[in-house]
Amino acid sequence: MDKTWNNKAWFLVLPVLVLVAFSAVIPLMTVVNYSVQDTFGNNVFFWAGTEWFEDLLHSNRFWEAMVRNLIFSFIILAIEVPLGIFIALNMPKKGWGVPVCLVLMALPLLVPWNVVGTIWQVFGRNDIGLLGYYVNALGIDYNYVQDPFDAWVTVIIMDVWHWTSLVVLLCYAGLVSIPDAFYQAAKIDGASRWAVFRYIQLPKMQRVLLIAVLLRFMDSFMIYTEPFVVTGGGPGNSTTFLSIDLVKTALGQFDLGPAAAMSLVYFLIILLLSWVFYTVMTNYDAER
Amino acid sequence: MARIEVNHIRHSYLPNPQKDSDFALKEVHHTFEDGGAYALLGPSGCGKTTLLNIISGLLHPSHGQLLFNGRDVTKLSTQERNIAQVFQFPVIYDTMTVYDNLAFPLRNRRVPETDVDRKVRETLDMIDLTSLAKKKARGLTADQKQKISLGRGLVRSDVNAILFDEPLTVIDPHMKWVLRSQLKQLHRRFGYTMVYVTHDQTEALTFADRVVVMYDGEIVQIGTPAELFERPRHTFVGYFIGSPGMNVLPVALEGRTAKLGAQRIELPGVPKADNGAVELGIRPEYVGLGREGMAVQVSKVEDVGRHKVVRANLEGKEIAAVIGEDDEVPADPKVRFDPAGINIYADSWRVEMGA
Repeated sequence: MDKTWNNKAWFLVLPVLVLVAFSAVIPLMTVVNYSVQDTFGNNVFFWAGTEWFEDLLHSNRFWEAMVRNLIFSFIILAIEVPLGIFIALNMPKKGWGVPVCLVLMALPLLVPWNVVGTIWQVFGRNDIGLLGYYVNALGIDYNYVQDPFDAWVTVIIMDVWHWTSLVVLLCYAGLVSIPDAFYQAAKIDGASRWAVFRYIQLPKMQRVLLIAVLLRFMDSFMIYTEPFVVTGGGPGNSTTFLSIDLVKTALGQFDLGPAAAMSLVYFLIILLLSWVFYTVMTNYDAER
Repeated sequence: MARIEVNHIRHSYLPNPQKDSDFALKEVHHTFEDGGAYALLGPSGCGKTTLLNIISGLLHPSHGQLLFNGRDVTKLSTQERNIAQVFQFPVIYDTMTVYDNLAFPLRNRRVPETDVDRKVRETLDMIDLTSLAKKKARGLTADQKQKISLGRGLVRSDVNAILFDEPLTVIDPHMKWVLRSQLKQLHRRFGYTMVYVTHDQTEALTFADRVVVMYDGEIVQIGTPAELFERPRHTFVGYFIGSPGMNVLPVALEGRTAKLGAQRIELPGVPKADNGAVELGIRPEYVGLGREGMAVQVSKVEDVGRHKVVRANLEGKEIAAVIGEDDEVPADPKVRFDPAGINIYADSWRVEMGA
């Protein structure tokens, strides 16, 4: 094996490296820079070492936001995945119903996120909102501005409305790729509806479901715009998720150091979770 | 096991069929006898799979009735008909082991687990997959997967019929022979009613006692392999079965003779054809090539191994003749038709010949 070693190929990668450096690495380094220093403005910086990180890891506020965020992600996954599968199973496979359903499903995904927030913010109001007004008219005391539970319900329903479609579309794509012969064979073999789901449909959806769970988890873990528009993180801190907390720290209080430390920890968590999902998925592929 | 009567069944995939051409199955009326091995033979799109799916209940016919042992099952679902069917492409349950795949049809019918085990082991043995029983089915090769599909068709012993829809398409040629003879053996041993759809004549002729030839949504002939070869009822059967297919030549009739251009061909009898376009059909195997008879111009000689196929021109018409591997084509070639192999067709359908 005589290989000619030639490092000139690195020049071909250079443009990408430069681009990534300016778009990601350098901004990230500024964040790192902030996270180990303290400033009182006027571009005067003092070395702070790991102080902000230590503060963060001992701060109740951070852990509360984290727990809130995990609970939120868990709840929306527990609703959106089964609901998405259920809707996908019941969507027509041929005929005029297909494009109608697909367009209806795609609609919530096309709405800009802050518009989604605004829609629900108005929709849930109990003076002029359709939902809020009629729910109260039914005798149920509903007020997302004052009641933390109502705020959570609103934010969760909003997320389900916004994102279940994604799970539906992914599952539907998995379902339509199943050849008719499988259903015919299942009939011949006398399989029940449940057996068809368990042994034909679910295995064929497994891959797209994994992607759906990954996407939904990441998105919900980073959720910002919609709850910010609807509840602004309140009442109190009851719907303050990690990213809302981060923005409050960075832009509300101008605590650049702690905010930078929080960003980095947040970034590492996301990186870790991405790695876990990636490993699971590639192992799953290798097993096939 | 059951006798299957297909009673004047018509089927169309369109919601409102009007013309004859709207029907995928024009009209099929036939009885599959209990314990018979049948092959449904025909080109792609002739309606053979449609007929099969109607028998298994995956499709419900637009018109007509289906009877199992005299009982009307037209409205019954696939499950209620208790039929086994094997499809063209392997259908396996990915997440299950080979063993569980075979057990699936039995477990769905609440067969006791001891019987399931016995039947599955028997079937595994039959399809030669015992060594893979504990493996997940999704890692297997295409022909192993198709064997599983076949196995799922054979695992239930109480079925009314076993239907095969071109099951050996994805299998290697060598394996095809092995599996086909195994199916044949199974049929002899257990006397299942079997219907085997194929567009491969060799497959049909070696598998079945009776071959049902379909063309354009209709059954054109039902017979033993020999009957199909010697006395094709329709010129299509002549073309479709045999390699090369039957020579079909337009002729004019005059009593016991057929006139083809300047040539006169002696017939074994007087055909009972009074109208329509008359054709004479003769298989290449019955065309003798020698120094006597009707003059032809040879255009091509194809050596196909055991014999040679001679393509020639007789009175402006292409004909084919089969000669032995060692026979030579004479310098001044002439052909003779063996009267035993002559069939006369009026409007494509065979007519009888009187004395």
